[in-house]
Amino acid sequence: MGRSITRPMRPLAVPALLLACLEFWARTAGASSEAIAAPSAALRAFAQSLSDGSLLSTTAFTLLSAGLGLAIGSVAGILVGVTLGLSQRAARAGFVTIELLRPVPSVALIPLAMLVFGFGLQMETAVVAFATFWPMLVMTQAAVRQVHPRLLEVALVLEMAPVRRFTSIVLPAIVARLFVALRLGVAVALVVAVTVEISANPHGMGYAMSVAQQSLDPATMWAWLFWIAVVGFAVNELMSRLQGAVAFRMGETAR
Amino acid sequence: MKKAMTLFPLRAPWVPGAMESLGVLGLLLGLWWMATDSAWVSRAFVPSPEATWASLQRGLLSGDLAVQTLGTVRRMLVGWGLACLAGMGLGALIGSSATARAWLGTTLEFIRPLPASATLPLAISLFGLSDAMILSVVAFGAMWTVLLGTVHGLTTVNARLGEVAQALQIPRLHALWKIGLPNAVPDILSGVRLALTVSLIVTVVGEMAASQAGLGAALLQSARAFRASDLYAGIVLLGVIGFATNALIAAAERHLLRWQRR
Repeated sequence: MGRSITRPMRPLAVPALLLACLEFWARTAGASSEAIAAPSAALRAFAQSLSDGSLLSTTAFTLLSAGLGLAIGSVAGILVGVTLGLSQRAARAGFVTIELLRPVPSVALIPLAMLVFGFGLQMETAVVAFATFWPMLVMTQAAVRQVHPRLLEVALVLEMAPVRRFTSIVLPAIVARLFVALRLGVAVALVVAVTVEISANPHGMGYAMSVAQQSLDPATMWAWLFWIAVVGFAVNELMSRLQGAVAFRMGETAR
Repeated sequence: MKKAMTLFPLRAPWVPGAMESLGVLGLLLGLWWMATDSAWVSRAFVPSPEATWASLQRGLLSGDLAVQTLGTVRRMLVGWGLACLAGMGLGALIGSSATARAWLGTTLEFIRPLPASATLPLAISLFGLSDAMILSVVAFGAMWTVLLGTVHGLTTVNARLGEVAQALQIPRLHALWKIGLPNAVPDILSGVRLALTVSLIVTVVGEMAASQAGLGAALLQSARAFRASDLYAGIVLLGVIGFATNALIAAAERHLLRWQRR
C-alpha cells in the first residue's frame, strides 16, 4: 500500500532533493556565490521577468528566428532531398559537394552571418536555416528512396507532370517520415538559435542569460536556464505528439 | 599500358559518377571564382578562392592558424572522451537498473532537450573563462547521444539472455559485462560517433564565448575585423576537421563492428 503511494512521486524525489540542497547551500555557505543562486531567489527573478514582459518578448524572438530559419531550411532541404532521392544521377553528381559541405559545423557560420547581416533576426535565421537544411536534406532523400517503385511507375504510366507527381505520389508517401525529420529539425533549430544568441546576437533568451551572468546575477541566470529547459522540453514534446499523430493518420503503426 | 587495360574494367562503374560529382564541385568553385572576380558579390563578404587559399596557407605556415586548429582539436577530443565516459557510466547505471530508471529517468528526460550552449553562462560563472569551462560544457552537451545509445543497447537485450543470466546466477556486474555490453556495442558506437559531431560544435561555441586560443575565437575576431578571407579559411579548416574526424570514426566503427556482418 505504502509503495503504491510513493511510486508516482519517485521521479520527483531527485529534483526535489537537488533543489533543497541548492537552497540550503545558497542560503548558508554560498550566500555570496556568483554562480549558484537559491531556487527561491531564481523563482522571484523568474516572476519579475514574467511580470515586466521581457520573458515573453525574448522568448518570442528566439522562437520566431528558430521557426523562420527552420521553415527556410526545411523547404530548401525537402526540395533538394526530393530531387536527389528521385534522380540517381543528381544524387551522384551532388555527392562530393554535399559530403564536403555537410560536416562544416553550423556555428562556424555565426561570424559569417554576423559579417553579412549584422546583428538581429536575419543573421540568426540564416544560421538556423543552414543548420536545419542538412538533416532535412539527408532524411528527405532517404525517405524518397524508400517510396515503393510501383508508386513511381504509376506516376510514369499516368504521364504525370513533375509537380503533380510530387504532390500526389511522392509527398503523401513520405509525409510521415518528413515529420520525423521535422521533429529533429525543430530540436536543432532551437539549439542553434539559443547558441547564436549566447555567442553573438544580442537578442533573445540566450543573450538574456549571458547578460545575467555578466552582471553577476545568478538568480536571473538560473531563472533563464530553467526557462530555456522548459521551452526546449515543451517544444520537443509538442513535436513528438504531432509526429505521432501524423504517423497515425498516415496509417503507420505507432512507434 | 597493358596493366591499365586490365585495371580499367574494375574501375569503370566507379569513374562516371565520380567524374560528374567532381565536375559539379569544380563548377561551383568556378562560380565562386567568377562571382568574386567580376564583383557580383561584395569582397567584404565573399573573398575570392585565391584569397581564401592564401589566408589558409599563410595562417598554417606562420603558425597562428595551426596552433588554433590544434587547440580546437585537442579540446574537442578531450571533451568527447569525457562525454563518452559520463554517457556510458550513467547509461550503464540507468540501462541495467529499473530502480535507477524510476528515480532518475524523468529528471534526465527534462534536462536532455536543454541546448548545451545554454549551460555556457553557468559554466563561465563556475569555472571562469578557462579550458575547464569549455571541456565541461562539451562533455555535458555531447554526453546525451552516448547515454541514450547505452541505455537503448542495454534495455533491448533479449529477455531469454536475462533469464539465462538469472538461471546461472551470474553476478549483476558480470552479466552487464558478458551479456549487456556485447548487445549494446553497436548502439553505443553510433552514440559515440554522433557525440564527436556535437563535441566539435560545442567546442567552437565555447571558444567563441571564452576567447581561448582556438578556431572559434579566431573566427569571431576575423569577422569583427572584417578580414573575410581569414574567416573563410577558418570555416574551411572547421569543415576539414569535421570531415576528417567523421571519416575516421566511421572507419573505426566499421572495423569494430565487422563481427556483425558475418
